Amino acid sequence: MKNLNAKIASIPMIFTALVIFVGCTAWTIYHSFTNSRLLPNNNWVGFDQYERLWDTKRWIVSVGNLAIYGVCSLVISVIIGFVLAALLDRKIRFEGVFRSIFLFPFALSFIVTGLVWQWILNPEFGVQKVLQSLGWENVTFDPLYNPDLVIYGILIAGIWQGSGLIMCVMLAGLRGIDGDIWKATRVDGIKTWKTYIFVIIPMMKPVFVTALVLIASGIIKVYDLVLAQTSGGPGIASEVPAKYVYDKMFNAQNLGQGFAASTMMLVSVAIVLIPWAYLQFGGKKND
Amino acid sequence: MTDETNLVDGPRGPKPKRAFTRRNIFVYGTLLLFAVYYLLPLWVMVVTSLKGMPEIRMGNIFSPPVEVTFQPWVKAWSEACTGINCDGLSRGFWNSIKILIPSTIVSILIASINGYALSKWRFKGSETFFAILVLGAFIPYQIMIYPIVILLREAGLYGSLWGLVLVHTIFGMPIMTLLFRNYFTGIPDELFKAARVDGAGFWGIFIKIMLPMSLPIIVVAMILQITGIWNDFLFGVIYTKPDLYPMTVQLNNIVNSVQGVKEYNVNMAATLLTGLVPLVIYFISGKLFVRGIAAGAVKG
Repeated sequence: MKNLNAKIASIPMIFTALVIFVGCTAWTIYHSFTNSRLLPNNNWVGFDQYERLWDTKRWIVSVGNLAIYGVCSLVISVIIGFVLAALLDRKIRFEGVFRSIFLFPFALSFIVTGLVWQWILNPEFGVQKVLQSLGWENVTFDPLYNPDLVIYGILIAGIWQGSGLIMCVMLAGLRGIDGDIWKATRVDGIKTWKTYIFVIIPMMKPVFVTALVLIASGIIKVYDLVLAQTSGGPGIASEVPAKYVYDKMFNAQNLGQGFAASTMMLVSVAIVLIPWAYLQFGGKKND
Repeated sequence: MTDETNLVDGPRGPKPKRAFTRRNIFVYGTLLLFAVYYLLPLWVMVVTSLKGMPEIRMGNIFSPPVEVTFQPWVKAWSEACTGINCDGLSRGFWNSIKILIPSTIVSILIASINGYALSKWRFKGSETFFAILVLGAFIPYQIMIYPIVILLREAGLYGSLWGLVLVHTIFGMPIMTLLFRNYFTGIPDELFKAARVDGAGFWGIFIKIMLPMSLPIIVVAMILQITGIWNDFLFGVIYTKPDLYPMTVQLNNIVNSVQGVKEYNVNMAATLLTGLVPLVIYFISGKLFVRGIAAGAVKG
């Protein structure tokens, strides 16, 4: 048999692709249509779990939080990432030092990130107290204890951890731009900021798309950050879908809900991913 | 602002020597402002962990400690409690090491074999499996975690060290395989064909030629896997039992447990201790870390 050894060596890969990625995903989707509770079963109940899911306040709050967190962190990470990359690309001194500083949080876990920001935003000892002791006695800055603001408190931490990565991607994109472009715009007397907005950014479209896909695929997984920083509180104000899934599967003995919720997560990833994949493939065919 | 275009690319005549141009103030000012935002939490962690509790209650979280004490570090490492165990984070640290070493080795070994087969020994369907693998990197873990629990239980590995090693190998596989496949594709086919002519087979070429040549990419893969596995929380909490919880899980249990008086200095010392391994890897590896995430991110 041709390439027998290569096939044997690929068994772990084939197993992972077929059994885990395809098989386990299909298994969960199938069981999301059953009334599994403590143990998975085969009692088909149609879309019951989904109806119950969208009737659950906690799930609605989770989805809303993820939407706010997602949109804000997409916009803010891309802006911060691009501005920092553009500044670092201006042939400055200490570029390496600045880059190391901007990227180091990315090496830290979400647990560490969440716990540090929980401490900084602690109203009794953190930023609020410092502001008050500086003279603004009536100032309140306690996002983690305010149900309306808590998701933004988590956002501050998420941006801190992840924006360095986007800066790196953007910097790589800027470095890939032909130096002649800059010479041409300079000859024409176009201002630098105009060059960035009207020339450089349109040229970097693929880099922006990559950055967006990167951030988007990370956002859906947000779990440990929330768990460490607020444990979903106050109340259910900072719950996210990934936490809903975990709690239903492993704490509430309500597997069917967990399966339905995780299937919804997959659907939302597909909604983001399929147009992107389509664009990528379409682009390659046109070249 | 108009003269800044002159500084962009390629010298035209001598550069102006003035340091405090408006452009410089703007560029360095913004960079410094952001540097403060990124460094502040690290600073707060360090100073808080070196203060005593009375000083924390009185003072400002940003101010340096008046009296430096290492007691919180000692307590975080060897006395902090999670549930009934009061032997500190050291237990989680050693658990993480126990998980980290086999997970890194196994995942890189398997991924390098995958990459080698995919680049030099393509067979019918191999590209399809690879495509599924890469797409799999985007599937939310949540949809796969429960069936994997069942598979591990059937195999008698649920809750054990090797079960978790397997899970890390599986979920690290897309990015690792991609890394090795791209690297091995870059190795000239002539070399490979010459070895074939000399009678070397699949494993012979892999061990004698490919592995020795792939040291740079192995280092990049190790950086990615070590930081990734060390920072993992979800898999650790699902697939191991409490006596094998990795450091991140134990850290969260120590800090977020509601029992007793909160000792913020001990908490910050514990947090810093947990972040120390990836931070050291990050600052030692420098450009290689960037190369790793770039390879994983841009091509993925």
